[in-house]
Amino acid sequence: MSMPFYVAPEQVMKDRAEYAQKGIARGRSLVATTYDVGIAIVAENPSRSLHKISEIYDRIAFGGVGKYNEYDQLRVAGVRHADTKGYAFSREDVDARSLANLYAQYLGNVFTHEMKPLEVEILVAELGDGENQLYHIAYEGTITDEDHFAVLGGDAETITERVAAAWRADWDMATAVKAAVAALAGPDRTLAAGDLEVATLSRGNGRRTFRRIEEEELAQLLA
Amino acid sequence: MALPLFPPEHDPGPDFAGLLRLTAGRADPAPRVVEAGAPSVAPHGTTVVALRYAEGVVMAGDRRATAGNIIAHHAMEKVFPADRHSAVAIAGTAGMAIEMVRLFQVQLEHYEKVEGSTLSLEGKANQLAQMVRQHLPMAMQGLAVIPLFAGYDTTRGTGRIFNYDVTGGKYEDTDFQATGSGGRDARSTIKLGWREGLATDAAVDLAIQSLYDAADEDSATGGPDLVRGIYPIVAVVDAAGYREVPEPEVAERFAALIARKQAERAP
Repeated sequence: MSMPFYVAPEQVMKDRAEYAQKGIARGRSLVATTYDVGIAIVAENPSRSLHKISEIYDRIAFGGVGKYNEYDQLRVAGVRHADTKGYAFSREDVDARSLANLYAQYLGNVFTHEMKPLEVEILVAELGDGENQLYHIAYEGTITDEDHFAVLGGDAETITERVAAAWRADWDMATAVKAAVAALAGPDRTLAAGDLEVATLSRGNGRRTFRRIEEEELAQLLA
Repeated sequence: MALPLFPPEHDPGPDFAGLLRLTAGRADPAPRVVEAGAPSVAPHGTTVVALRYAEGVVMAGDRRATAGNIIAHHAMEKVFPADRHSAVAIAGTAGMAIEMVRLFQVQLEHYEKVEGSTLSLEGKANQLAQMVRQHLPMAMQGLAVIPLFAGYDTTRGTGRIFNYDVTGGKYEDTDFQATGSGGRDARSTIKLGWREGLATDAAVDLAIQSLYDAADEDSATGGPDLVRGIYPIVAVVDAAGYREVPEPEVAERFAALIARKQAERAP
């Protein structure tokens, strides 16, 4: 009988983390930022149909970067969780915090117990009456909550610096989206409307606050 | 609560009712066995109408719920938005019907979110037919729910109306339909006043008149309640979506109708 080689737990975790980070770094990044009446989420995504940003519930949106099939499965689970909870109790009882915790638990579990970690980072954004919440969940289940903006993806550090330098509490949607696009692009590139996926959660949109900004409207907005 | 993830062979897809069956025994809307006598104590909703006009459909329902000869509620709502471009109205056992509408609303929104696109109007009508069919055992025990479904078909650019029987049979009506205890009377009024290409105002007035006539003939249908200020709910669905006609406007239209009726009787 052959014995498996002993591998130190530290090494296992390090290898898994590296593997996940590599997978995430292969994809493009995503920026979410609050603006005067809502939250704007901007992702670099040339596809019109394979979305990175989606609606979860009335005031909750989802963003994912990394491997599409993995974060899309999490997105659907989020919709299911929210709809089941809203149906069993009331629409007001559905909140982003509990969903973000579930994602964190699940990602953490997979990271420690499975062979392959999920190569994803997740954003759960919730529009509040006063305060907005942006939950950023990393591949190993680390959850952080941000009040102003969040950056997901491989190049997060440099993009974060750019967003932080531009961020204003009272900017309007157009300014916020433009700044987010500039931060994603960096100094050497420009991103056109066709390379981007943009959606907002905004007050005054009725019960379902999520709205996609389609290519034509986005092109006008960026011009 | 854990994250609802399923292995591919058990994945419910965009079906919310299927998801409920898988996740918990909790939210099953219909009990299987009912004690005898339940039908006479359970409140019933009565008359709802729908009619097509130039830009879409108008749907309206009175506000009365009855239990036997007792008025159970004066201000029950029977017309609901199903989603952005459709409306559903209910007649029959109130509790079951409201629960069916709630599930139907979530079902449509759930599909839209999971799939990233809305169901066709026909698809929505078929979904509702399945829900009515699943309710058949309860209907046989006297707790029937008969919905009326109408919406704006964005691909065809027209309003469409569907009615159902207790077995979940779905029938499309080209022009108008009414159901519930006062449905026959309401339908006669609409039949006399309906013509192709009605304007919004005329369609809303016709719906209001039909409910007035139904209330005149059928004790289970509520007319305008001038004392409490309760008026039928009238909704319009067109290319811009679902919207309810504001209550003050409905009140005004009823006042005009009543003034007309009084003038007709003046010597």
